[in-house]
Amino acid sequence: MLTVAGLLAVAAAYARAIMFTSIEAVQGPAQKIMYVHVPSAWCAFLAFILVGICSALYLWLGDRRLDTFSEASVEVGVVLTGLVLITGPIWGKPIWGTWWQWEPRLTSTLFLFFLFVGYLTLRRAIFDPAERARYSAVVGILGAMLVPFIHLSVYMFRTIHPRPVVLNPEGPTMPGSFVATLLFSLGAFTLLYLGLVTMRYGLGRLRELREARHVPVA
Amino acid sequence: MRGPLPGTVRAALIIAGKDLRSELRRRTALVSAVVFAALILAIFNFARDPTSLRADQLAPSAFWITCAFAAVTALSRAFAVELEHGALDGLLLAPVPREALFLGKFLGNLVFVLVVESIALPLFVLFFNVSLNGALPGITLVALLATVGFVAVGTVFSALTARVRFNELMLPVLLLPFMLPPLAGAAQVTAALLNGRPLLESAGWLRLLLVYDIVFVTLSLLVFPALFDE
Repeated sequence: MLTVAGLLAVAAAYARAIMFTSIEAVQGPAQKIMYVHVPSAWCAFLAFILVGICSALYLWLGDRRLDTFSEASVEVGVVLTGLVLITGPIWGKPIWGTWWQWEPRLTSTLFLFFLFVGYLTLRRAIFDPAERARYSAVVGILGAMLVPFIHLSVYMFRTIHPRPVVLNPEGPTMPGSFVATLLFSLGAFTLLYLGLVTMRYGLGRLRELREARHVPVA
Repeated sequence: MRGPLPGTVRAALIIAGKDLRSELRRRTALVSAVVFAALILAIFNFARDPTSLRADQLAPSAFWITCAFAAVTALSRAFAVELEHGALDGLLLAPVPREALFLGKFLGNLVFVLVVESIALPLFVLFFNVSLNGALPGITLVALLATVGFVAVGTVFSALTARVRFNELMLPVLLLPFMLPPLAGAAQVTAALLNGRPLLESAGWLRLLLVYDIVFVTLSLLVFPALFDE
């Protein structure tokens, strides 16, 4: 249900971004990619923070649902970081004149993607569910602490990424209608994230049930 | 367990001592890690366009990439050796806290990687025609700061991947992202020092490396026991 609502909201956000928000004067239509790029990035980071928290809670409480949720969140996180990494270069080529740039947020997202993929690869390589959950939690905690360090390290190089346009100390540097569309799109993507994670979480619970009955998992 | 040192530290030192002693007797791991490092340094020299890039411009990155790879190969066997003859079960059954096991393995790995780095450094000076010009104390400091952090995380991942399928591939996949901050810092500071700039100019990087070490040594110590919670 949540996924359907999320998909509808994303479609509405697209419609609003394309038809009812004016074209930016300097960047032209390319700027509209922000309405996909920025919400995906926010949700990907949300996914990752939740994985870090749930991993720590898992080692403390040992509740298997926390592990299942982490796995679901990472899977959706891979899709979202993938989306950020695809939309970023498409925007970067006309505006920066280059597909790729080693810049803090881009690099953090890329390494977030690597960490997500490494996490999932590790899960596939372990059969025992309890062992898998503990090992994944360890990687989840360490990974969550790593991202700020990557961000800082790359920040100490020069950056050409646009400054934050909404959460800026001097207030939003965008026209109100742009902010409204962006926030709408952010809400839509968050809804979609929650929907997909809930769906994936339900699937994970079913799989656990089957494992508990000793039916081999395909 | 009575002695001048707290039990955990004593046990850790005993475990580290055991690892280093068995390493000194066999020397296979040390020799192969050093040869491996020398080979990468030599190959690096040829993996460039000599007409557009001077060897010394590539030097800091070549040195730190070499150290990273040598460290990964060393870490990948840190726990794998304990699986032979069920040695790990013996360690786990010993009446020492898991923290001591982590600290011991961490210290052993740290000494091992630092020894490999200190052997690789003269080779690096030789192969890349670098003059240290009094940069040695600074390079030693940054090498220490960079190595402590990633060896701590590497020790956790070494224990984690030892019993997992495809472990020789899994360790670098998990560990290399964690090497970005230490390697970026180490390469930047090394390059600045080799260019004759003062160490204090790199204070920002040194601070970042120090915070990284504190955070990841603490965190590794905290999460390590969870790996053996059976």
